[in-house]
Order: sequence, then structure tokens, then C-alpha cells
Amino acid sequence: MELNFKLIEDAIPLLLAGAGITLEITAMSVGFGLLIGMIIGVARLASIKPVRYAANFYVDFIRGTPLLVQIFLVYFALPTIIGQRIDPFFAAICACSINSGAYIAEIFRAGIQSIDKGQMEAGRSLGMTWYQTMRYVIMPQAFKRIIPPLGNEFIAMLKDSSLVSVIGFEELTRRGQLIIARTYASFEIWLAVAVIYLIMTFTVARLVGLMERRFETK
Amino acid sequence: MSTEMIKITGLKKSYGSLEVLKGIDLTIAEKEVVVIIGPSGSGKSTLLRCMNYLEEPTEGTIVVDGIKLDGEANINEVRKEVGMVFQRFNLFPHMTVLENLVLAPMKVRGIDRKTAEATAMELLGKVGLSDKADSYPDQLSGGQQQRVAIARALAMKPKALLFDEPTSALDPEMIKEVLDVMKRLANEGMTMVVVTHEMGFAREVGDRVLFVDGGKILEQGKPDDIFLHAKEERTRSFLSKIL
Repeated sequence: MELNFKLIEDAIPLLLAGAGITLEITAMSVGFGLLIGMIIGVARLASIKPVRYAANFYVDFIRGTPLLVQIFLVYFALPTIIGQRIDPFFAAICACSINSGAYIAEIFRAGIQSIDKGQMEAGRSLGMTWYQTMRYVIMPQAFKRIIPPLGNEFIAMLKDSSLVSVIGFEELTRRGQLIIARTYASFEIWLAVAVIYLIMTFTVARLVGLMERRFETK
Repeated sequence: MSTEMIKITGLKKSYGSLEVLKGIDLTIAEKEVVVIIGPSGSGKSTLLRCMNYLEEPTEGTIVVDGIKLDGEANINEVRKEVGMVFQRFNLFPHMTVLENLVLAPMKVRGIDRKTAEATAMELLGKVGLSDKADSYPDQLSGGQQQRVAIARALAMKPKALLFDEPTSALDPEMIKEVLDVMKRLANEGMTMVVVTHEMGFAREVGDRVLFVDGGKILEQGKPDDIFLHAKEERTRSFLSKIL
């Protein structure tokens, strides 16, 4: 078995474009996930029971079902309810954001809970509202602690986003499949795809490490 | 005594079936320094924490500076006027000393940064820490942190200050510097309620000493009356153990 480097070379531009799209879905999904996660994470700590139960249900449902099934639910099942086709890009972002939001909610919840109770009491005793204390005292400290797990979530999403290839959305993995359909060069192309994923995850991991050190020194 | 600063009537507090406070009536006058002593688990900290609603009373009323505490709406109004100093300091570790002092005045009172910083620097001078304005809390000793915490509470220009065992987490050699600051405040006429085990401070600075045991005020009076001529056996036995 020998590698056909010419094939890889020809495929690289297409694959890199796919990698760009993979990065785009990941960044958008984790971005929206961050928003969802912050709200749900705080809601899981709310004293109002219905709010807490709803947040718990969301997190349990998403974490207890496969992302692939969630993608199918959004892309195939949702249109039958709303009676309208959904664009694959929208479906991909939607499913991945909702998925990421649940995991990030847990990261936020743990981060907030790791902050000493005395911090909230100090803020409140100075006359600040719950929201002000969260915004200026608790969250800035929690953020620092959740950078490493957020980095892990980003890397996980980078890899898991390959699942949206099943709804025909042309990110890195789907591009690979399409090129193989044309060239039959499975080994070369899948190897190239794997290496590109590896380069991306490795780079992100290093960036997160840098950020972590930056924040440590305040 | 002059006007009432804090008036507590029929205060009860339970955690589930455990009743921690069993009916407290207490009036604290303006400029009065009240020291609360008692064995651990007696409810003295809970009583203090009820005064700014960090603990919500199960029963009874609390009126602070003419405002009756009864829910979210006016709690922040009262907390603005009643500062609190904690055993574990609870400084904000991600902010410099100066930022710790200006945050609440700016966000709660809406004071501009320049004025807030001027007040903060003045207060840091008062607690002897002018040179630490740009330090972070973890660069300070325990005694210094507690003095910053007192300055932070003062930055809101409160009418009364609550101290929850302010020297209990300190190394012995740092206790004096904190007590000195508190004595100066008392002499300047600040209304203070202090939960402490520092009997020397209680005798020297306190206008009144309360002995709390089993969720009730068992005995109260002038420091010398309590320390030298306590009427209750429980008080005498407690004092004999700690003096």
C-alpha cells in the first residue's frame, strides 16, 4: 500500500475550506451555547422550583440523548411540526448550540458553585442587588475557573460537529466523503481529514493553555 | 440614650425543625456599641445576620433606621445603611484593594469614580493602608485584609456596622491592629454591633454586653456588670471558661 500524495495535494484546498466551515459551526455553536449555558447554569441554581426543574430537564434530556439523534430531531422531525423545510446550516447550528448549551450550563453551574458563599454575602451586604453581585463579583471569578473546561467543550464540539455531515452539510468530514466518492482514495483522504482535525484541536488546546496562564497572573 | 437605630421584636429563626433563635427583643440606639457574647451554636451570629437580612427571620419584625425589613424591595435600602464585616473578610479577590472599596459606592450609590476613589483613599489612610491601594487581597496579611474589609464597609457611609467575629480568623499578633481600628470607629460615634470573643474589647469599648445562649438573650448590661456581677449561673460559667 502506498500513498498517493498527488490526490491529497489536490484535495487539500477543498478540505481546508471544509475545515473553515467546521470551525465556523463550532465557534457559532459554542458561542450560542455559552449564552444558553450561562442562563441555564444560573437557572439550575435558582430558588424558584419550576425554573430549576425546567433547566434540569433540558440538561438531562440533552446530555442523555445522542447528538446525532438531536440533529435528526431538528432537521427531520421539526419540519413535520412546523410544516417547512429547514436549511441544513441553520439545523446544524441549532442542534449543536442546544447540545453545547447543556454541557456549558453544567460548566457554569460548577464554576459558580465553586465560588465561596461569602462573596455573594459580601456583595449583598454592601447593598448590591443579586444581579449586580453576580455580574461584578461572582461571574468574573467563575469565568477564570471555567476556561479549561470551556476549552475542552470547544474541542469536543469541533470533533462532534462532524456529525452534521449526515444531513448533507458540507463541513470537513462531508467534504472528505464527497472527494472519496469521486476518487475512491479512502485511505489518503480520511488520513488527511484526521490530520486536519488533529491540527485544529491541538491548536485550540494550546490557545486555551495560554489563556489560562494569562488569567492566572490577573 | 438617643434615637433607635435597630429595633428587633419577637425575632425567631428556625432551620427546618431546629429553632436557633427563640424570641429576641432588642433595641440598639444610635452611636451605641453592643457586644454579643455566648457559646458557639447559641445563635449570636444568626441574630447578627438577621439584622441585615442575610438570614430571613421566621417570625418577628426588624426595623432599621425607621425602615421595616420585609422583603426584597427594601432590603437593599437597609443594607446600604448597615455595613457588615465578616469573619473570613470576604474581600473580592479578583479586584485590587481600591476597586474593592469603590465598587459598591459606584454601583449602588451611583457615585462617580473620582469621588469614590477619593473617599476610598481617605478610608485606607484611616485604617493605615494607603500604600496598599493597588495590591490584591491575597498579597495582604489577614489583619490587613480585615482592615480593608472594614474600609470597604465604611465606603458606603453606613449608619451602623455589624461585625461577625471579626478577629476569629486572625493570627494572634494581628488581632490588635483590627481591634484598634474598631475602637477608633466606636470613639467616633459609629453604631456598632459586634459578635466577638475578645472580652478586653467588650469591656473597654462596649456600651452594653449581651449574653446569648440557647437562642435567647439570657442577660444584658454594662460590661462590668456582666463580667464582674453576672446574675445568671450560665453567664458566670461561660465567662469563667473564657476569661
